[in-house]
Amino acid sequence: MAQGKIYPSAASAVADVPDGAVVMLGGFGTPGLPQGLIKGLLSQGARGLTCISNTCFEPRADEYNVARLVENGQVSKLITTFIGRPAQEVPALDLWRAGVLQVEVMPQGILAERMRAAAAGLGGVFVPNVYGHPLDAGLEKRTLNGVEHVLAPPLRADFALIGAHRGDHLGNLTYRLTQRNYNPAMAAAAAVTVAEVREVVAAGGIDPERVVTPGVYVDRLVLEEPS
Amino acid sequence: MAKERMSRDVIAMRVAKELPDGAVVNLGIGIPTLVSNYLPAGSSVVYHSESGVLNYGPLAEEGERDYDLINAGGQFLQWVPGMSFFGSDEAFAMIRGGHVDVTVLGALQVSERGDLANWMLPHRGVGNIGGAMDLAVGAKRVVVAMEHTDRNDRPKLVRDCAFPLTGRRCVSLVVTDLAVIEVAPGGLVLRETAPDWTAQEVQALTGPPLALAPDLKEMEL
Repeated sequence: MAQGKIYPSAASAVADVPDGAVVMLGGFGTPGLPQGLIKGLLSQGARGLTCISNTCFEPRADEYNVARLVENGQVSKLITTFIGRPAQEVPALDLWRAGVLQVEVMPQGILAERMRAAAAGLGGVFVPNVYGHPLDAGLEKRTLNGVEHVLAPPLRADFALIGAHRGDHLGNLTYRLTQRNYNPAMAAAAAVTVAEVREVVAAGGIDPERVVTPGVYVDRLVLEEPS
Repeated sequence: MAKERMSRDVIAMRVAKELPDGAVVNLGIGIPTLVSNYLPAGSSVVYHSESGVLNYGPLAEEGERDYDLINAGGQFLQWVPGMSFFGSDEAFAMIRGGHVDVTVLGALQVSERGDLANWMLPHRGVGNIGGAMDLAVGAKRVVVAMEHTDRNDRPKLVRDCAFPLTGRRCVSLVVTDLAVIEVAPGGLVLRETAPDWTAQEVQALTGPPLALAPDLKEMEL
C-alpha cells in the first residue's frame, strides 16, 4: 500500500499504466534513467504504448531503457531523437521496417520545448525552424525577427517515469550532476509522474532552495532498488 | 601510392585553434569530441553539453568515472571547479538564446553554401538528430570537422547535399584531413592544405570549385 506519495516498489508504482498509454521515460544515456520503473513496466506488460525517450540505444547487459520495452513488443510508437549509433542495427529499426513500430525522430531542443509548452499550459511554442525533420512539413510557419519559426505543439503524457537523486515525502526532488536532463520537464508535462530516487527523506530533509522539481509535479515516489 | 592524409586527431588539433579563449563551445559526436584533448594549456574555453552541463573537464579515465556525469556523446567527464548543471531544456535555451559561441559538428556532406547534412543516411530509413539541428540554427558559429571524402573516396563537399539537411547555410568553416575551407558568400575558399597536398589535388577531391585564398598556406598546428 502506498503511504501518501511513497510506493513500496517500482512494480506497485506502475501497476496501473494501461495499454495504449503515452509514457515519457527520463534519462540522457544512463544518468537519470528510471531503470527500476522500466523493469516494472516490462513485467507489468502494458502494450501499445507510445514511449517518449531521448535515445533508444541498445542497453548494456545490466541496463534497462526504452529499447527493452521496444524489444518486448510493448511499444507501438516511439518518439525519440537518436535511435542508435549509426552502425548499430537496433531492434527498433527492424520493427520499424516491419511496419510494427511507428518512429518519430525529432530534434532534442524541440522535444524539450514541446514538453515545456505542455508543462506551462501553452498552446504551442514558436521555435526557430530546423530543417528536414518530420515537423518541418506539417506545422504552421511564421517569420519572426526575420527568422522562420515553426509552431511546435505541446507534448503531453499520461505517465512520466523519471529518475532523480533525492525525494521527500511531498515529492520534492533533487538531481545529481547530469541526472537532471529531461526529467524536470517530463515531470511537469505528464498527468501522473513517478520518480525513482536513491534516497527518500522526510519533508524538510531537502533544503527548499535546492529543490529542482517541486512536489506538485510528482505523484509517486519509489526507492531505487540496489542493482 | 595514395598520399598520406591527416589523422582524425590532427583534424581535431587544427579545429582547436578555432576556439578563442573564453568561448562557450559545444562539441558534437565523432572527431569533434577529440578537440578538447588539444586545447593549449591555460585555455579558458567553456564546454557546453546538451546533457545539461557547462564548464566540464577532460574525459574521465576508467576507474575514475562518475556515472551521473556525462557529455551528450555519453562519455564520462571529470569534475572541475566551476561546473554548473541544468536540464536539457535549458541547455537548448542557451543554444537558441545565442549563448553558445562555437559548435563543432561532424558531417556527411557540406554544400558550397554551407548547408549541412549529418543526421541521416537515406538507406537506413531512420536518422539520428540529437542536438545537431538545434545547434545548426542556434550556435553563433558552426565549424565542421570531417574526412574530406567518404569511404568510396567521393567528395563530401558538394554543390548540393544529397542527404537530408540538418541546417541551411549554417556552416562557416570546414576542417578536413586535406584542407581548411571557408564557406564565403561567393562559395568555398581554400585557406590551408595538408602537408604535401597541392590545391589542385584538393580540388580534384572536392565537388564545387574552390577559390584560392590570397594567403593560401600549408596547415599549421
